[in-house]
Amino acid sequence: MDVLASIPNLVSLVIFLPAVGALVALFMPSDGAVRWTALATTVVTFLLSLGLYTGFDPAMSTAVAPQLMEKLPWFPSVDITYFVGVDGLNLLLTLLTTLLGPIIVLSSWTYIGKQVKGYYSLMLLLQTGVLGVFLSFDLFLFYIFFEITLIPMYFIIGIWGGENRIYAAVKFVLYTLVGSLLMLVGILWLGFEAGDAVNAGVFTTDWYKLVSFGVPLGAQGWLFFLFLLAFAIKVPLFPFHTWLPDAHVQAPTGGSVVLAGVLLKMGTYGLLRFTIPFFPNAAEQWAPVMAVLAVIGIIYGALVAFAQTDAKKLIAYSSVSHLGFVVLGLFALDTVAVQGALIQMVNHGLSTGALFLLIGMLYERTHTRKMADYGGIAKTVPVLTFFMMLTVFASAGLPGLNGFVGEFLILLGSWRSDAFSTIWVILGTTGVILAAVYLLWMVYRTFFGEVTNEANLTMKDLNGREIGLLIPLAVFMVWLGMGPAPFLDKSEDAVQAILDTARTKAAATEAAAPGEMVAVPLEWPDRVAVSD
Amino acid sequence: MELLVQLILLPPLLVAAFNGMMGLFAPGYRTNEWLIGGLATAAVALPFVVTVSIFLGFHHEPEIVRYFTWMAAGDLTVDFAYRIDQLSLIMTLIVTGVGALIHLYSIGYMKGDPGYWRFFAYLNLFIFAMLNLVLAENLPVLFLGWEGVGLCSYLLIGFWYTDLKNSAAANKAFIVNRIGDFAFLLAMFILFQAVTGFFDGPFGLDFTTLLSADTLGALGNGTLLAVALLFFIGATGKSAQIPLFVWLPDAMAGPTPVSALIHAATMVTSGLYLLARLSPMILLAPTAMVVIAIVGALTAIMAATIAITQNDIKRVLAYSTVSQLGYMFLAAGVGAFFVAIFHVMTHAFFKACLFLGSGSVIHAMHDVEHELEHKGLVPGHGGEHRDEHAAPPRYADLPYEGGFDAQDMRTMGGLRKYMPITAITFGIATIAIAGIPPLAGFFSKDEILFKAFEYGYNGHPYAYFVWIIGIVTAILTAIYMTRAYLLTFEGRERWPDAMDTKPHESPWTMWVPLAVLAFFSVIGGFFGLPAVLGESWIHHWLGSEYGGPVAEPLHELHVSHSLEWGLLIFGALWAALGVFYAWTQWGRRGLEADASLKRRLGFLYGIFSTKYKVDEFYDATVVKPIVEGSRRGLAPFDQNWVDGTVNGVATLVRGIAGRLRGIQTGVVQNYALAVVLGVAVVIALMIFV
Repeated sequence: MDVLASIPNLVSLVIFLPAVGALVALFMPSDGAVRWTALATTVVTFLLSLGLYTGFDPAMSTAVAPQLMEKLPWFPSVDITYFVGVDGLNLLLTLLTTLLGPIIVLSSWTYIGKQVKGYYSLMLLLQTGVLGVFLSFDLFLFYIFFEITLIPMYFIIGIWGGENRIYAAVKFVLYTLVGSLLMLVGILWLGFEAGDAVNAGVFTTDWYKLVSFGVPLGAQGWLFFLFLLAFAIKVPLFPFHTWLPDAHVQAPTGGSVVLAGVLLKMGTYGLLRFTIPFFPNAAEQWAPVMAVLAVIGIIYGALVAFAQTDAKKLIAYSSVSHLGFVVLGLFALDTVAVQGALIQMVNHGLSTGALFLLIGMLYERTHTRKMADYGGIAKTVPVLTFFMMLTVFASAGLPGLNGFVGEFLILLGSWRSDAFSTIWVILGTTGVILAAVYLLWMVYRTFFGEVTNEANLTMKDLNGREIGLLIPLAVFMVWLGMGPAPFLDKSEDAVQAILDTARTKAAATEAAAPGEMVAVPLEWPDRVAVSD
Repeated sequence: MELLVQLILLPPLLVAAFNGMMGLFAPGYRTNEWLIGGLATAAVALPFVVTVSIFLGFHHEPEIVRYFTWMAAGDLTVDFAYRIDQLSLIMTLIVTGVGALIHLYSIGYMKGDPGYWRFFAYLNLFIFAMLNLVLAENLPVLFLGWEGVGLCSYLLIGFWYTDLKNSAAANKAFIVNRIGDFAFLLAMFILFQAVTGFFDGPFGLDFTTLLSADTLGALGNGTLLAVALLFFIGATGKSAQIPLFVWLPDAMAGPTPVSALIHAATMVTSGLYLLARLSPMILLAPTAMVVIAIVGALTAIMAATIAITQNDIKRVLAYSTVSQLGYMFLAAGVGAFFVAIFHVMTHAFFKACLFLGSGSVIHAMHDVEHELEHKGLVPGHGGEHRDEHAAPPRYADLPYEGGFDAQDMRTMGGLRKYMPITAITFGIATIAIAGIPPLAGFFSKDEILFKAFEYGYNGHPYAYFVWIIGIVTAILTAIYMTRAYLLTFEGRERWPDAMDTKPHESPWTMWVPLAVLAFFSVIGGFFGLPAVLGESWIHHWLGSEYGGPVAEPLHELHVSHSLEWGLLIFGALWAALGVFYAWTQWGRRGLEADASLKRRLGFLYGIFSTKYKVDEFYDATVVKPIVEGSRRGLAPFDQNWVDGTVNGVATLVRGIAGRLRGIQTGVVQNYALAVVLGVAVVIALMIFV
């Protein structure tokens, strides 16, 4: 495995290989060749990304650079660079993205019938965009990748989506764009000010420099919101969530999987990577409000999910609820809670991804997403039912499966945190009950009872391809449920460093005289040997 | 010890996975019933044997076995760690011992069921989860088992999923339990915050730290009260107490071995186990103890009054279980945690025996039903073969409205003649639970009542109150259980066509477990003899007075021997009185006794038989508002207001843009002017802000 890690420019290879694959796919003669090209590309990308995991050593972190770093000058006059690498925060999300790659390709194998070439090229391009978002350590580069992801997703929903696809696609793009353009204003301001303070007067978007810069309190007040809105829409946080159900319902299965699996994580990741460490005073100040919005998201999302008749819409609202937990954990500003939030991002990607895959498989058989059109199909499709039950319980946070670990750590850490009142944690914990309500209700209506729709009597159970693409997800649901410790260990130091630095910087900024520049380099915790 | 604990935990897990995966992916495997059932039974019998060997060599020194780290983040480190001590050993013996017998029984009971493989996979998975629950060394691993048994309970209640009623009962069980689990989670959060507040270093909510004198001394009274009450709420979910007991009677929708194993002998007692495990902490929260005792006592009497009015044999047993669990909580609430565990044990014997006996009866009555269907005397189950236009089948004289029901005691009667082993074992278990000496129930129940009295005697007046309720409940228990036995096995044969259609005894795989359980229902009480009769083994084994893990309150005043003798004799008399009364009623007059009871109790009977309308109350106050609120309130609100605002803004912007289009003059100079102005504004902002 170390062979993988020693490949030069491994990070760039992982980021851009899918884009190369997209280009190659365009020149393929047949739909079949396109599919195989896409599959080969995503599989190789996944295998290469394993090198990031094996090559990453959490004990070797530094205050100025990530691991497996690549840094090339881009706009030398303003210190904007091509700067990518791996640290504890992005490692698992990167692996989640590359793992979902082949799964999405396989899930679309027969689902996508028209313009196959375009679909797979866009899907591969999207993967490059997402990987770039996670692996960038330059804010400008991040922003470019962040915006790049919009274009393929727009076409994937707009061309291969359901009846109302254009509305959903336009809404998705415009809504996200409003947020991210405002963030661009913030990026420019921050680059200039940080340049003055910590970069000898040269505009900079280097993450390590930005994170060391103590933004003056007055500026934090409005910059925080510019950096919040873009990500809050992406997450999506209540009340900015309404683009999500539309996008999910209209998107083809592969689109829904990538949307729920990784695109939403760009929002929560952005909060952790930028919003909180850049503006720690504002984050502390507004944490109670964020907690309220997160908890509204948890409860409101669950209750609205419960009222849905369309299975895909139900899952879409469940994402609002689940990501409410993540935001709650992030703004608890407590190591346990943030670690929980980070692992919960991965968990949500796995289990919600699997839920969309399963709903998609049903849709492919019956061309309906209405739960009322099913009923009693456990008898005709036992294998599909098994995977569905496993995923549902993972999603409902059953201990032993992945969802529990994230929720437990988030709530445990949030309870202890003084960032906000415990009343919000109590209310948030009711989400554990509500998740069981809407998920079991969905299963009840769809899978149990007598078969009510005669057409479903002859429904075919999963084929080998479908089982094959679900197995990795099932394995990770159990693995992350029973043995998450090694994965948590990878991000422990990075989370600790972010929170410690934020805390120190907040105190220093608080104490600074007007006009005084504050600079606090990233502090890494002393690594204590982990007992096994 | 590491290997031994693996030998306890892994067989049920591995066999569950094997039977489950083979059955799912290789349908041909499903017909190997003896292989499936045999493997599954062996996977529980082996841990039993291992546990017995540990038990025999155990010398009052708890041992902790650690495998690997489960979760670690910040100062939290939770290991997969297990604790072998007196309490976990006795629970493991019950779980694997009774579990193995019920697996054996299921080989016969589930014969021919298309879901045979699934059934055993779930049952084995249940054993695995339950073993995690009782062996856990920390709260998160206990919670893993706690929710794991809930999952298996859900899967097994809804086992026959083609009937939506069963699936609905399964949902209800899981969701109501989740309400309890919510409280359990909060209790863990509070403890984590409190303990990491004064201890440094990694902490994993482990019992060694939590129950150490240092920790207990450092926890404030408010914390202790909150934690004790929250754990108790968690226990009311799993162990079916007021206010969360409503799921258990519905849970009888599952196959009968499930009712015996999960909903009588093991899972539902895990709330008691939790309190016993945490007893050093609970004892420090006297207010919580009062709540526990009173809720337990009220649950006991409430469920007993309902049980008297039920006609479904499994429902009688279900309410009886709720009532007996209430008894155990009553014991915990007066500080007699080890007696609660004693009753957990004896109850496991006689209630499992009763449930399996009822299963044997239902098995036989199903055969009667098939024969009746065959003769055209009752309509068949399967909708597919029924001819809609055929004349309705002629109902033979059923003593109630509606169709034939294999679980209704009103169509039974006189079964002793046809299934003597079932009748005798059921009869033994009946007088055991009724509290007739020297059977198991007499000793455990009497010890609970005595401990309640003793606690009252030591200056806790509430204990007298629950003691009196306990006595009334004991009489009621004797009555309703004797009634159930009499209506089922004695008197007139009441099923249709009773002249020609005969039920029969069950196969050996079913009656052997009955016999073993009946045997322990007879002798089980001798493990906990009252002080006047000799040494209580279970007290020596569990009690903190003798170095065991289960805490006991200190009593300054001792009840005199003569008084204890008096209470003991009265205990036996009350039980005998109940049995005798029931005999004079249902033994002599059969179903007519029900009618006269109804007349005598008047409106009370209505309250009892409608189960105090608790389900209806929850439906109106909780379920309906949430369901209707989501459907009619929140979902439209999201569509019209939250999303409406977004679309409204979009429309507004488009409108403004339409006006602004006038600005696009196409004259380059105008654009240049705009750019210059814009830059000026930006520069101004950067200078002045």
